[in-house]
Amino acid sequence: MKTTMMKPDPEFRTDRTVLAARLGLILPAHCLLVDDEDLRPYECDGLTAYRELPLAVCLPESEGQVIDVLRTCHQLGVPVVARGAGTGLSGGAMPHAQGVVLSLARFNKILQVDRDRRTAIVQPGVRNLAVSEAAAPYGLYYAPDPSSQIACTLGGNVAENSGGVHCLKYGLTVHNVLRIRVVSIEGEVFEIGSEAPDAPGYDLLALLIGSEGMLGVVTEVTVKLVPKPELAQVVMASFDDVARAGDAVAAIIAAGIIPAGLEMMDKPATAAVEPYVKAGYDLNAAAILLCEADGTPEEVAEEITRVTEVLTTAGARDIRVSHSEAERLRFWAGRKAAFPAVGRITPDYYCMDGTIPRKRLAEMLSAIAEMEKKYGLRCANVFHAGDGNLHPLIMYDAAKSGEWARAEAFGAEILELSVALGGSITGEHGVGIEKINQMCVQYKTPELEAFRRIKTAFDETGLLNPGKAVPSLHRCAEYGRMHVHHGDVKFPELERF
Amino acid sequence: MTLEDIVSVITTAHESHTPLRIRGAGSKDFYGGMLAGELLDVAGYSGIVAYEPTELYITAKCGTPLAEIEAALAEKNQMLAFEPPHFSGATVGGCVAAGLSGPRRQQAGAVRDFMLGARLIDGTGQVLDFGGQVMKNVAGYDVSRLLAGSLGTLGLIAEVTLKVLPKPVAEQTLVFDIGEGEAITRLNQWGGQPLPISASFWHEGQLWLRLSGARAAVEAARGKLGGLVAVDAEKHWISVREQTHPAFAEKLLWRLALPSTAPALGLAGLRAIEWGGALRWYAGEHEAMRGAAARLGGHAVLYRAPESLRCREGAFAPLAPALLALHRRLKKSFDPRGILNPGRLYAEF
Repeated sequence: MKTTMMKPDPEFRTDRTVLAARLGLILPAHCLLVDDEDLRPYECDGLTAYRELPLAVCLPESEGQVIDVLRTCHQLGVPVVARGAGTGLSGGAMPHAQGVVLSLARFNKILQVDRDRRTAIVQPGVRNLAVSEAAAPYGLYYAPDPSSQIACTLGGNVAENSGGVHCLKYGLTVHNVLRIRVVSIEGEVFEIGSEAPDAPGYDLLALLIGSEGMLGVVTEVTVKLVPKPELAQVVMASFDDVARAGDAVAAIIAAGIIPAGLEMMDKPATAAVEPYVKAGYDLNAAAILLCEADGTPEEVAEEITRVTEVLTTAGARDIRVSHSEAERLRFWAGRKAAFPAVGRITPDYYCMDGTIPRKRLAEMLSAIAEMEKKYGLRCANVFHAGDGNLHPLIMYDAAKSGEWARAEAFGAEILELSVALGGSITGEHGVGIEKINQMCVQYKTPELEAFRRIKTAFDETGLLNPGKAVPSLHRCAEYGRMHVHHGDVKFPELERF
Repeated sequence: MTLEDIVSVITTAHESHTPLRIRGAGSKDFYGGMLAGELLDVAGYSGIVAYEPTELYITAKCGTPLAEIEAALAEKNQMLAFEPPHFSGATVGGCVAAGLSGPRRQQAGAVRDFMLGARLIDGTGQVLDFGGQVMKNVAGYDVSRLLAGSLGTLGLIAEVTLKVLPKPVAEQTLVFDIGEGEAITRLNQWGGQPLPISASFWHEGQLWLRLSGARAAVEAARGKLGGLVAVDAEKHWISVREQTHPAFAEKLLWRLALPSTAPALGLAGLRAIEWGGALRWYAGEHEAMRGAAARLGGHAVLYRAPESLRCREGAFAPLAPALLALHRRLKKSFDPRGILNPGRLYAEF
C-alpha cells in the first residue's frame, strides 16, 4: 500500500549498535526487539498510511526498567516514542527512524479497584474496557468509552485525552483521571494530581493529559469510577434534511437536556452500515439521530418523553424508542460499527476528526459534498452531534495512483474549514503526525512558541516523540508557502526560502 | 479599559522588571500567599463577549462580575455548574485564577472541568489564545485548563470561555441528624449509587444533602434516602457557597482536601464537611494539619489566616522538589522575569 514517506530528521543520528548494546544491558532479551522483522509490527499505529521502522522496541516490565530506558536514551540523545495498543488514529505512536519505541503493553495489571472510594489504580497498558469490567461487580464503571475501547489502553487514552460517545454528559479522559505517575526523559518520577480534589500547584494533569507522549511517560493511572445508571434507553429519529437534524440537536440542548449520548449519521453512513448490522435504520432519511437517556427508570421515562416532544416539533419524519436492552444495543450497533462498515464498501478510508460549533453543521456538510466532487472521492459522515465532533470518512483506494494524495488534501481542507467555522482540527484523535500542518492553521506563532516552551520545561532535549503534535515554525513557514490563503501570508516574520 | 491598555502595562513592567499584583474585584485577596507588586486593577476590562445557549458556552472578559454572567445564564435557564463563590463581587477572571469551586463540585466538577478556552497575556505582554469555544479540542497542550488555580502567576487571564449547563429541573434538600463518622460513611455509600446528589454539607451533627435532577429522580431519591425535607434550602446553599454560614466564621481556617473515604481525623476544630467527604474545614492553629492531610493522601490549604502566617507557613502544601523545579520552569516559560503575582502561589516564584 502507498504510504507517506517521512523526511529524514537531521536533528538525530543514532548509532544502532551502541544503542542495542546499551539497551541490552538494562533489559532482558525478551523485553528488547532489534531485528527488522520483529520491529515491523510497530511501524505504524491505527493511521496506517504513515509508517516508519524504529531502531529498537523496548517492552519493559517494571517502572525501574522504564526509568533505565529513558535515562539511557537521554544520555545517548535517542528519540523515544511511547506506545500503548497502537490504536491511535493520528500517527502519534508512529516510530522515529532514529529512535526507540517504548511499549507499555506489559504494564497490564489493574492494581486496585476501591469500591467505597470509587477509584481504580491501573497500569498504562490496561485496556479501557477492562477497567469497566473490573468495576462492574460494584455497580461502577469508567465513563470515557472511545470506540476502540476493547483494545485501546489507559496510557494511550491519557496521551490522547480520548473521548467517546458519552462525553457530552460524562466528560473526556481529562475529567475522569485523578492522578498519574509520570517518568520524565531524565528518568525522574513525578506524581501528578491526587485522589483528593484540587491538588496543590499548577494543574499539571490538564497539561499532561492529551500531550501525546511529548512531556513524559505514564507508568500508573488512577481513575474515577462512577455508578452505573440503572437504565438506558435510546430514541432514534430520522430527518429529511441534515440542517433540520442539526437544528433538532440544538433544540434538545435548548430544552435543558444533556443526553448521555447524541449521535448523527448521514445517508451515506447509514447506507454503509445497514446491510452490515441490520440496525433497522431509515435508509430514505437524509440523517438519523440517536439520543440516549440514562439514569433511574423514572428519570429516563421523563427524559424520553421530553426528547420525543422536542424531536417531533423539530420535524423528525419518524421516531422510534428502544424498548429493550437488545433493541438499544441494536440501534447503537450501526453507529459503533460505522468505521468497519465503511471499510467493507471501500478498499481504504481516511477518518477525520474536526470539531465545529453545532450550528455550523449544515454548512460543513454541504461544503463536504462540494469537496467530494472536487476530489472525486466519496465521504460518509458520522458525528458526535452533542459535542460538535465530526468524523468524515473519506473513501479511497490506495492501490490507485493519486487517490491517497487526493484523500489527504480532502482531509486537510475539512480540517481547515473546521478552524474557519470556529472549531478545531481535532476533537479526540490528537494531532500526531497527521494534522501537524493544520496546527499552523489553528494557532498563530506566539501560541506555537508557548507550546514549545512548555515542551522544553518538561523535555529540554526534545527527545520525547519529536516531530509530533507541535510543529516547528520552520515547518509552518514551509506549509504556509504551499498554502497561501486569500493572499494572507502566515508567519510573515519568518524568512522565506 | 482595553486589551491594549493591559498589554502596555505588562510590557512596560516586563521591560522595567516591575512586579505586578493583578486584581479583579479583590474578593479573594485573603487567599494564597503574599500580595506584592504594583496594583494592576482589571475590573474595568469587563463584559460578556459571546453567549450561545445551544452551544453551551459563554465567553467573557476577565473583569465581568460572576453575578452578571449568572444573570445572563439564568435568563436561558442555564448555570455555571461548578457553583463558584462570589464573595464580594467576584469577577470571572478571579474565579478562574483562584480555581475555587462551590457545593455542586462533587457532582458537576471543578472550574477547570468547564474551561474551554482562554486569552492570556503572558509576562512579556504577548497575547495568546488557547482552546476555543467547542466542547472537544485536543489540538495543542491544554493551557486554558492549566490556568484554573494558577492565581495569575502564568499570565493575566484576559478572557475566558466556560462550558455552561442547563439548570436542574428539580431540587430538594434533605437534613439528617448524624455525627461526623456516620456522615462520612453514608456520603461514600450514597456516592457509589446512581443517586442525584449535587451537594452535601455537614456541620455540628447535621448533614444537609441536596438532590438535583429530573423531577422523578429527585422524588425517587428522597423516598429512598429518608431524612427531613428542608425549607429555605436555597438560602442555606448560598450561605455555604458564600461562606457566610457560621461554620466559616473563623479567623484561622484550614481547608483540607482528602480522598472522600478518609476517616474522621480526630482533630479538634472541625467546622464542616463538604463534597461527599472530600473537603473538610478546620478552625484554629494546627501544627499537625499538613502532615495529617498528607498521610491520608490529601493536602491542607491555610485558607484564611493573617498574611504573616500565610507567608511563613505557605498557604498551599509544599511541593516535592522535582515538582517544584518543574513549576519554576513552567512559570519561567510564561513569565521569564517573574513579574506576575510573585509569591501568590508559592514563595519560591
